[in-house]
Amino acid sequence: MPTQSNQRPETGAFFARDRAWHAPALTPEYKTSILRSPQRPLLSLDGTISEITGPVFGHSMIGELDNDLIHNYARSGESAIGERIIVHGRVLDENARPVRGALLEFWQANAGGRYRHKKETYLAAIDPNFGGCGRTITDDEGHYAFRTVKPGPYPWPNGVNDWRPAHIHFSVFGHGFAQRLITQMYFEGDPMIWKCPIVQTIPDRAAIEQLIAPLDWGQTIPMDARAFKFDIVLRGRRSTLFENRLEGN
Amino acid sequence: MVQDLHRLKETPSQTAGPYVHIGLTPNFCDIRGVYETDLGTAMVNERTLGERISLRGRIFDGGETVLRDGMVEIWQADAAGFHNSPSELRGTADPNFTGWGRCPTSGEDGIFHFDTIKPGRVPYKDGRWMAPHITLWIVARGINIGLHTRAYFSDEADANAADPLLSRIEHRARVETMIAQREGNIYTIDIHLQGPKETVFLDI
Repeated sequence: MPTQSNQRPETGAFFARDRAWHAPALTPEYKTSILRSPQRPLLSLDGTISEITGPVFGHSMIGELDNDLIHNYARSGESAIGERIIVHGRVLDENARPVRGALLEFWQANAGGRYRHKKETYLAAIDPNFGGCGRTITDDEGHYAFRTVKPGPYPWPNGVNDWRPAHIHFSVFGHGFAQRLITQMYFEGDPMIWKCPIVQTIPDRAAIEQLIAPLDWGQTIPMDARAFKFDIVLRGRRSTLFENRLEGN
Repeated sequence: MVQDLHRLKETPSQTAGPYVHIGLTPNFCDIRGVYETDLGTAMVNERTLGERISLRGRIFDGGETVLRDGMVEIWQADAAGFHNSPSELRGTADPNFTGWGRCPTSGEDGIFHFDTIKPGRVPYKDGRWMAPHITLWIVARGINIGLHTRAYFSDEADANAADPLLSRIEHRARVETMIAQREGNIYTIDIHLQGPKETVFLDI
């Protein structure tokens, strides 16, 4: 697999986004979208230097426990309550090339389905040893991994009886600001995935399945933690050979 | 049959949800001790080159209610028009300017606020100069995929009039939605997600 685009500076613009693969802005079954969805057409812009560049983050900013949600908020010698899991995978682009140095940030509810947030009112208990946030940066092959507890499902005010399936939120930076992505990961075998109005904002079943992490028995650590594998795909770039003449060339 | 292009599909976006602060600005929502500081809070230091400005505003939904659970990220060139990015091949950016900022909208009044510098001009794809601008990316509960737009500057009327992107806006009254209004060193831009004042959002 060629990786030269990640070794050399990348200057190509990104493939046009396949908007039919993503949720539309207006998804009435997810009620909050009704007043927060733009109604005018988006203005199309083939990426300029303002969007094909993006911030980069160094490995040096990552603390030792940043990718360990079991311990990064826990009192010394204690740990978060819940099913111990490892989430790992690769960040690739649409050309199937690894995205090295990608910053991933993740956040989630605790094992009982409760978030540590002042607006959260669910009656499930707060875990004093669980904060719910972590981050890491991909290696040269695009790999990442973190340790956490499996989040619980929880009810939310939308329909009378709507529940979120267990999920982990991901925020991803690639190499260009146009690649910026926030998404959610679900767990293999959870029947609640198919009942969730937020999941169902995505029209294509195959696209939803791209958000479901399989149990990875091979990477499961005996007597310690099960593993789930979640690969993330960011937009790919055109080769610079296909770009218009740039200023000064 | 033909050959396979071997392309992957982009991971679908999902809403950032109501608790985006936990993941992206934990200190802002009182989760202390995990990260020393929240990322994106400081774009400049005392050695950063360029004119100091602030960019601020609010985000309104279609009912003219201010969003108090949103998140804005900005990305911009330095004072000379270079980006602090490995993909920037035209020159070297000011090492004392990150170019990237992140700010949650206030839980009280919904205001987002960035202390930054006024960016230099950067070229469009065909070599014409774009007017100075800041790229914005907006996420929140109820927004299924992050929204891109730009903030241009009210005191750059000539450059704005010749800007290749602003020139493409068919309904000319909507150009104003992308122009931050200057008052002293503060530029204000309000984002309207829908309605008669709907911001021009970009499919980048």
